[in-house]
Amino acid sequence: MYQYDSYDQKMVDARVAEFRDQVNRRLAGEIAEDQFKPLRLKNGLYLQLHAYMLRVAIPYGTLNGAQMRMLGDIADKYDRGYGHFTTRQNIQYNWIKLEQAPDLLADLASVEMHAIQTSGNCIRNTTADHFAGAAADELVDPRPYAELLRQWSTFHPEFDYLPRKFKIAIIGSETDRAAMKLHDIGIQLVTNDAGEVGCKFYVGGGMGRTPMIAPVIGDFVPPLQMISYLEACLRVYNRYGRRDNKYKARIKILVHEIGADEYRRQVEEEFAHILTLGLEPPPAELERIKGFFEQPGFDAAASDDLDLSDPDFAVWVKQNVHAHKQTGYAIATIALKPVGGIPGDATADQIRLMADLARDYSFDELRVTHAQNIVLPHVKKADLYTVWQKLDEAGLANANLDLISDIIACPGLDYCSLANARSIPVAQKISERFADLGRQQELGELKLKISGCINACGHHHAGHIGILGVDRKGVENYQLLFGGSEGADTSLGTITGPGFSEDGIVDAIEKATNVYLDQRADGERFLDTYRRIGMAPFKEAIYAKEPANG
Amino acid sequence: MKIITGNDLRTGDVIWWTGEGWSRHVNDAVDVPEGAEAIIARENAKQIVTDTQVIDATLTDEGVRPAHIKDRIRALGPTVRLDLSLKPADPAAGTWVI
Amino acid sequence: MVEQNLRYRSDEPVADPAVTVDAFADQSNATAVRIEPGDDARDLLPHLDRLALVEVNFPAYTDGRGYSAARILREHGYQGELRAVGDVLLDQLSHMRRCGFDSFAPNHDIDRAAADKAFATWPEVYQKTVDGRPAIWAKRHG
Ligand code: HEM
Ligand code: SF4
Repeated sequence: MYQYDSYDQKMVDARVAEFRDQVNRRLAGEIAEDQFKPLRLKNGLYLQLHAYMLRVAIPYGTLNGAQMRMLGDIADKYDRGYGHFTTRQNIQYNWIKLEQAPDLLADLASVEMHAIQTSGNCIRNTTADHFAGAAADELVDPRPYAELLRQWSTFHPEFDYLPRKFKIAIIGSETDRAAMKLHDIGIQLVTNDAGEVGCKFYVGGGMGRTPMIAPVIGDFVPPLQMISYLEACLRVYNRYGRRDNKYKARIKILVHEIGADEYRRQVEEEFAHILTLGLEPPPAELERIKGFFEQPGFDAAASDDLDLSDPDFAVWVKQNVHAHKQTGYAIATIALKPVGGIPGDATADQIRLMADLARDYSFDELRVTHAQNIVLPHVKKADLYTVWQKLDEAGLANANLDLISDIIACPGLDYCSLANARSIPVAQKISERFADLGRQQELGELKLKISGCINACGHHHAGHIGILGVDRKGVENYQLLFGGSEGADTSLGTITGPGFSEDGIVDAIEKATNVYLDQRADGERFLDTYRRIGMAPFKEAIYAKEPANG
Repeated sequence: MKIITGNDLRTGDVIWWTGEGWSRHVNDAVDVPEGAEAIIARENAKQIVTDTQVIDATLTDEGVRPAHIKDRIRALGPTVRLDLSLKPADPAAGTWVI
Repeated sequence: MVEQNLRYRSDEPVADPAVTVDAFADQSNATAVRIEPGDDARDLLPHLDRLALVEVNFPAYTDGRGYSAARILREHGYQGELRAVGDVLLDQLSHMRRCGFDSFAPNHDIDRAAADKAFATWPEVYQKTVDGRPAIWAKRHG
């Protein structure tokens, strides 16, 4: 894992000092709320429905045991004993006091963490494949590039007041586990026939009000020109992105309005100029960073055998464990999705337990996934059973990864001041309705995603089943979408028709899954069946009038 | 009725105007049929409260009930964590917001 | 509206009033120009040698187009005064300086001591820009 040197440390320390000064000026009445608000937002401090909410950056979703433990300690010391892991691989605390926020940031800085640029119209925390450095199908480890990106984007003076927020994701394998094409910029590290690495740039994707899938803008940018290419992409956006209407200010709108070809032409022109300026960190810097991401000291003799005689363990392995590049090792995902629980929430004790497991069994490494789960990336197969037992004791051995109850849900109206409807209670009811694990396994991979408003923080456009909360004359109402996906086969969901009440939506989903069970061909997932047979049979089932004596 | 709400600047807590000061309990909120703007301006200037606004509510047998569901959830706390809400002992508290 | 000027240059200030980018194109004797957010700074590139002052207007601090305009001018060798005008806030000064501004005319008071403190916010910087400060990566690799 990357470790700060004195330069990196100075930067986060300077930020803590700056924010402390800003908070003091606010509390002393020297600056008014309308001036202070953008400053606190630049540090991830929102004022939410019940209190201040702080979003802490977890750069490319990677953290070590000490950092994870600190996240748990912070939950106890400054919050109410829990935290919420988000789809952007960050963690949010819901009950932070403004007067304590500077101390909290100082605690974070002591473990090389921060809340820099976790809000505001700037370059946000870069996300990445949560299996980076471990996945069997990886071509190029994206983490060194993500770290290069982190440093470049931190306090970038030109791009701190963009037309709108800016989100970058980076991956290095064929399988896209980071919803890369639904970001402002998605970078896929690829190799050519000569074995050289290149960056494939997808620009102009996004969710929100107007979801769009990013087109390819740069085919094969040399990695040692990645920063220059980003400067060009951002500069064209900063100069021409719309400022008159915040709903049309994202880069996806610019790329869409002028067309991918024209945008590419302008980027190329700017890129040619920027290459003359020497803005790119030297090869030695990339090499230095790569040095931090060497393979951990795997035991080459580790056995690939796994004793699956405990049936509960076997189920968990089947669902939550993925292939590792190293024989004898595996990637274990901890699903933060108990039946009836709050997706992505973990208590301080659970967070600390995961930190301990990482230290003892995963070379001190953890990842946060955009599906609001936690990954132990390098577990020796021989240790898996012990890890599972410890998780089970802490209520963390949910064997439902990628099943219908592994729901992504935004905070919704329970916490979020922008919400139209609550998301979490819907997630709870669905997971309770489908509580039986056998039934979930029968339904197979089914990605269900819920947002409490059109901002789409819960990725509802990209759910095989998506749910969008709307406000119908002051009453919560839920629209249903089918057919969304993220990854290699990215697609956007289609709304089924009129919305449902909270209970109605759960019934509708059950009916839709019955249509799938009825109609599926061999090996088809819910999404595949939907793509083959279309909306009509689903619509018919979910809007059918109940017989009077039902 | 019209009531005034905001957040405590230092702690972020949701607070309600009682006629003399601020309370964490919506039932302490008083009707401010007029003059709300002046109260807000004065209280904002003291730098102890932020995000102040006037909202609609009704007086019911159970107390003050904000008109909009968002404000009822603000008044109660997250319905999915009633243990952290203002009515931790009442398992049915969540139904109040609907 | 206060029109004070925090200026970090030793040459004499230009007395000429700044003209619009459009007017500048037709006025061969103007030496000062004012860029509005929608203007393309690149239109000025052919005339850099006769310019002594470029004002970049920030009608609202949230509109960051001026940061790019400033950098583009400096990257192409503009040496004259580059002045940020309008809704210029204390907490933005250091970024503006990094993008090449060397003069600030905020429409509200910023005292010089506070400004100096703001410029010193970042002991180090991650990016190479036009202000001559070495990026952290350059220091790391000597
Ligand atoms: C609770 C406070 C939150 C607020 C106020 C908030 C606000 C917003 C807004 C306004 C947008 C729309 C941006 C646009 O379209 O320009 C958005 C998008 C998004 N947010 Fe949030 N959000 C919050 C929490 C979260 C959480 C908890 C997550 C992760 C679970 C998240 C992840 C995202 C994602 C992935 C998007 C979509 C990105 C896109 O539009 O391309 N946000 N958020
Ligand atoms: S989708 Fe809407 S309700 Fe949900 S967190 Fe985002 S802004 Fe809030």
